[in-house]
Amino acid sequence: MTVTVRDLIAKHGGLSVSVANLADDADLYAAGLSSFASVQLMLAIEETFDIEFPDRMLNRRSFQSIAAISACVDELTSDRKAA
Amino acid sequence: MNAVGYFTKNRLAERAKRVAAVAATFADAVDAENRFPKEAVEAMKLERLMGVMVPVELGGEGASTAEIADACSILGQSCGASAMIFAMHQIKMSSLVEHGAGSDWHRALMRRICAEQLLMGSATTEAGIGGNMRNSICAIEVEGDRFRLEKNATVISYALECDGIMVTSRAHRDAPSGDQVMTVVMKDQYTLEKTHTWDTLGMRGTRSDGFVFRSEGAAEQILPVPFAEIAAQSMLAHAHILWGALWYGIAADAVNRAHAFVRGEARRNPGVTPPGAVHLAEAMAELQMVKSALLVAIDRYEEAKANPEILGAINYAVDINLLKVAISTKILEVVDKALLITGINGYKNGTPFSLGRHLRDAHSARLMISNDRVLMNTASLITVMKQDASLLG
Repeated sequence: MTVTVRDLIAKHGGLSVSVANLADDADLYAAGLSSFASVQLMLAIEETFDIEFPDRMLNRRSFQSIAAISACVDELTSDRKAA
Repeated sequence: MNAVGYFTKNRLAERAKRVAAVAATFADAVDAENRFPKEAVEAMKLERLMGVMVPVELGGEGASTAEIADACSILGQSCGASAMIFAMHQIKMSSLVEHGAGSDWHRALMRRICAEQLLMGSATTEAGIGGNMRNSICAIEVEGDRFRLEKNATVISYALECDGIMVTSRAHRDAPSGDQVMTVVMKDQYTLEKTHTWDTLGMRGTRSDGFVFRSEGAAEQILPVPFAEIAAQSMLAHAHILWGALWYGIAADAVNRAHAFVRGEARRNPGVTPPGAVHLAEAMAELQMVKSALLVAIDRYEEAKANPEILGAINYAVDINLLKVAISTKILEVVDKALLITGINGYKNGTPFSLGRHLRDAHSARLMISNDRVLMNTASLITVMKQDASLLG
């Protein structure tokens, strides 16, 4: 899944560096993720994983790093499996 | 009575009213002469308003956002430019208070601001960024424990009159445009080369001239959190609430003048309701909506203040952005209605009902951070946001 998240960041993140060079816990905002791009990224992730970010995840911290995004996606997809 | 006793006995609002009386006396001259409202700002310092937001342990009074907003609205009723200068200073103070508490340098500065009643300015706009303050072209250069920073700032309000300027820039030479920091630079550490003269329709007294800003100082003067966090956690909410409060003040004074006009008409023709009274009722209804929206936003901010999760959430950003758009649009309608009521007496300068300055000052509201830009940003956020249709939340 992290691979998919990385692909989506590469496509929608508008970063100034290559995603391949970023560690999972690297700060995406410091790497150039703008608030506009973060919204585009959220939408792409929602579409790809067929999930919806609840309000509590719609904040800066959820999109701080690849690991943070993956954790959100993980939580939302496992919710679905449980249901 | 010692100074602390004197000021705690005098509520902030009472002190703001005394400043407002001074500001009102010079408001027309400040506007006509396109000059800094030095008398009003001097009065703010005499009333020791500059450091009120600073926590008590650092020499301030720990004033709430509600109290500061109230002071902005009181000042806005007498002089829009003086109120805007006060609001901008307090917005800077909110960033220092919220993000500088963990840094010795910034703590010492807060003590100085209270003791010496320093006025803080801001340089967030830059030539070439298209008005988006969340992007910088200039970068701060840190070598050892020193920094150097040069910025082509198209607007620095009251730059020549303030004691320090808080400047945004990229975090380092290789940082992308959105990776910004904010640095507090004191007057003896910068030079200003004037590039633009502030000669505008309204808000003339803010003297928001353009400058090339060049500075050097100690690296510890850089606020220790990314500017994106400062913007989200303290600046955005304070800017929109405090601006909204002073804009409300401008509109409220326009309605006051219209009200006085209608009362005069009614007294002259007993038994006949003056035609302007209907417009006045409408204007009051609209003013009430502005006030309600503001009070809700203030309450919500005071509640959310301690919770970065709420302040950093998209929903919060959307709501506070829409507050800005709503108030800045609405006050123009209110002032315009007041002008209809007062007629030629409001249109003329130098009458007790004159509304020219109010109307021109109010016109800045939609433009300072253009509503188009705010709406565009908000529109992108709305695409992921989930609408909360509940009344009580």
